[in-house]
Amino acid sequence: MLGSGIIKGLAVTAKNFVGSYHDPARMVTEQYPEERPKLPEAYRNFPFLVTENATDPMGTLRCVACQICEKECPPQCIYIEKSKDKKPDATGKPQLYPAVFAIDTSVCMSCQICVEVCPFDAIKMDQVFEVAATNRFTGLLLNREQLAKPNSYFHQIHPTDAHEVDTRLAAERKAAEEKAKAAAAAKAAAAAAKPATPAPATATPAAPKPAAQPPTPPTA
Amino acid sequence: MITLTFIALVTLAAAAVAMSQRNLIHSALLLVASWAGIAGFYLWAGAEFVAFAQILVYVGAVSMVVLFAVLLTRRSHAELAIAPASVKRILAAIVAGGAVLGALFGAVLSTPLASAAAPPPAISVKALGAQLLGRHTASVLLIAVLLTVALLGAVVIASTNSKEDAP
Amino acid sequence: MNSSGLSLLSAHLPVAAAADGLLERLPLTLRDTFVQWFPAPTQWLLHHLISIVGILAIFGLFFAFTTVAERKLLGRLQNRLGPNRAGVPKFSFLPFHLKHKLFGLTQPFADAVKALTKEDIVPAAADKLLHFLAPVLVVAFSLLTFAVLPFGRNLIPVELDAALLYFFAAGSATELTIFMAGWASRNKYSLLSAMRALAQVISYELPLLLSVIPVVLVAGTLSTQEIVVAQGFWTFGLLPHWFIFTPWGAAGFLLFLVAALAESNRSPFDLPEAESELIAGHLTEYSGFKYALFFMAEYFGLTALSGLGVTLFLGGWQAPCAFLQFIPSYLWFMGKLVGMIVFFIWVRGTLLRLRIDQLTRLSWQFLVPLALINLGNAAFWALTGAWSGPLQIVRWAVSAALIVVPFVLMGRSLTRGQAPRTYRYAT
Repeated sequence: MLGSGIIKGLAVTAKNFVGSYHDPARMVTEQYPEERPKLPEAYRNFPFLVTENATDPMGTLRCVACQICEKECPPQCIYIEKSKDKKPDATGKPQLYPAVFAIDTSVCMSCQICVEVCPFDAIKMDQVFEVAATNRFTGLLLNREQLAKPNSYFHQIHPTDAHEVDTRLAAERKAAEEKAKAAAAAKAAAAAAKPATPAPATATPAAPKPAAQPPTPPTA
Repeated sequence: MITLTFIALVTLAAAAVAMSQRNLIHSALLLVASWAGIAGFYLWAGAEFVAFAQILVYVGAVSMVVLFAVLLTRRSHAELAIAPASVKRILAAIVAGGAVLGALFGAVLSTPLASAAAPPPAISVKALGAQLLGRHTASVLLIAVLLTVALLGAVVIASTNSKEDAP
Repeated sequence: MNSSGLSLLSAHLPVAAAADGLLERLPLTLRDTFVQWFPAPTQWLLHHLISIVGILAIFGLFFAFTTVAERKLLGRLQNRLGPNRAGVPKFSFLPFHLKHKLFGLTQPFADAVKALTKEDIVPAAADKLLHFLAPVLVVAFSLLTFAVLPFGRNLIPVELDAALLYFFAAGSATELTIFMAGWASRNKYSLLSAMRALAQVISYELPLLLSVIPVVLVAGTLSTQEIVVAQGFWTFGLLPHWFIFTPWGAAGFLLFLVAALAESNRSPFDLPEAESELIAGHLTEYSGFKYALFFMAEYFGLTALSGLGVTLFLGGWQAPCAFLQFIPSYLWFMGKLVGMIVFFIWVRGTLLRLRIDQLTRLSWQFLVPLALINLGNAAFWALTGAWSGPLQIVRWAVSAALIVVPFVLMGRSLTRGQAPRTYRYAT
């Protein structure tokens, strides 16, 4: 009969109305400032710099100021100045560090290319989205100190990724140590008697390395 | 008496300004104001039903017809030619206006007006309805037929026009 | 069981004898005590001024809270929350700040401040005077209609013999303001939308009036107060004799609802200013407070039409049962009014917008013929007012058949060839 569809529709909305009071599963609204959204692990927006130690963030930056990210950045929002001196990096090798590292988040397009090209796992994507500022020039231009965040924070926001990075770095460090040990032993042996074959790289235990991103050995 | 003067002034002023306006929409809206003034006069005279009917029919409906007609028939401002004032036109205006004025004055003067303020007759809507659909049924029906014929005629004229305009 | 027009005069007696207690007379007592402080020559003026101020204050607030109730209800109807943020504002002169959100009930005041402080933009080519007059007149005309609504047993601002005619006369004057708004904007789209809006309002004026005439026919009067009095009977003191509980009244009420929705530009007939399709129709060139005035007039029109519906079909200020008469009549009226408005909001949250051809077809092919048939039905009801005993059952059966049979037949013929719609993604 004419009009039955209208009555059916009214019944549906009436059900919604009653249900909205006793069935929390119906309500999809997140009351934002009070209720924080649960972000997916892969969520990203702006990059940050990983430091090894939270107590000395500027001293333990993983970044070695190689400037690959600066060159790769499509909107060119990264600015880096190399340091004059060198500091020991995560593996203990003396490296340059960024004297100035700035990212203009008003320009950044969150493409993650800087993260993908970084050979040192020094730059990662952050999940902070409340970046509103009252001044778009100074408020959104983040410097080295604002960008540096500890590795523990990285573990907190991207656990899977951080775990993988840490195992890989540990393996590399171990490999480097063993290589150095082997080289030292070989040098000692060579000094002792006739020249011996250097320790082959295959002798080190195989680290779980991803195929797509072969780690660059810290040694040249 | 002050109320009556005020209503009359508003009505006549609106009508006078309506005639002097070049903008047709303004004229039409002022005409509506003038009709509303007439409704006010009916209300003052105690004829509630007639007053509301005047508003409903004239302000509500006839004004729409007028406005639609103005909007749908008017062409650009350039084509709106005002004929120059000539002696013939002035004479015709005086004769036509004088005739209407004379007829109205004759009607007013020949009506025996009560010298003292008579108590306003209390006519209920029910009595009015009984009169309209009792004694005056024939005239009401005749007017209804006349209006329907006029409406149909307007539709016919409009439809022949649209055929010419069709691409 | 006799509610026809002939018994009207005797109807006054039981009503007047009903509880006319302290609460019932409270608004009048308050007014009279207030007026007595002033010199006698100004008292008549104050009497009317208080009525006017009362209507403005009560229905102004009613409008404000209708908007927030509408948004909250629409939210709930769609499993959302609706506005719940605007709370107690922070006043700098107060040492403390109540941080309660008040369920978002102060939202309309925040909206009012926003509308008032917005820039008032008038197009350069616009007709300045008419552009200004349109929003002012539309509010004035829509407020005029409140004058004849009987809000309570003793609460009617102006008691007119031809009250219904007055209501529709004042209502039809708002059409003029739609045209003024559209034309004065000097915008082709505004003008076209104004024409569309006028076509809609004029199309639905007819079914609206035709759905009201049966009430006038049976009650035998155009006075709203007397129409309410005519509904003031109860069978066994429990079953009210409101006009909606008669076959012709129920049909008339449904027709009235549809026509009132269209007349006040409410969803599903809100195409004159369809927000998601047109910008705002004839209100495109309006901004800030002028736009808010149109918005206000729309809600006043809705409230007035709901009030008329309550008066004509839902027994006005009459209590539903005889023993509930101790509750003041104006509270009953307001309760029914709120009920009507909640229903309108419910409909808005449910139905989709019509196309203009569907809209006019619904009016001219369905509502108008049905309303005319219903007029005949009411005439039958009025003529058979003297039937009693088993003839009563015949009277009810015939009257119900007179409206149900045409409804079903017309519904079938209008929807012939249109298979029931199937929706791919809706369950």
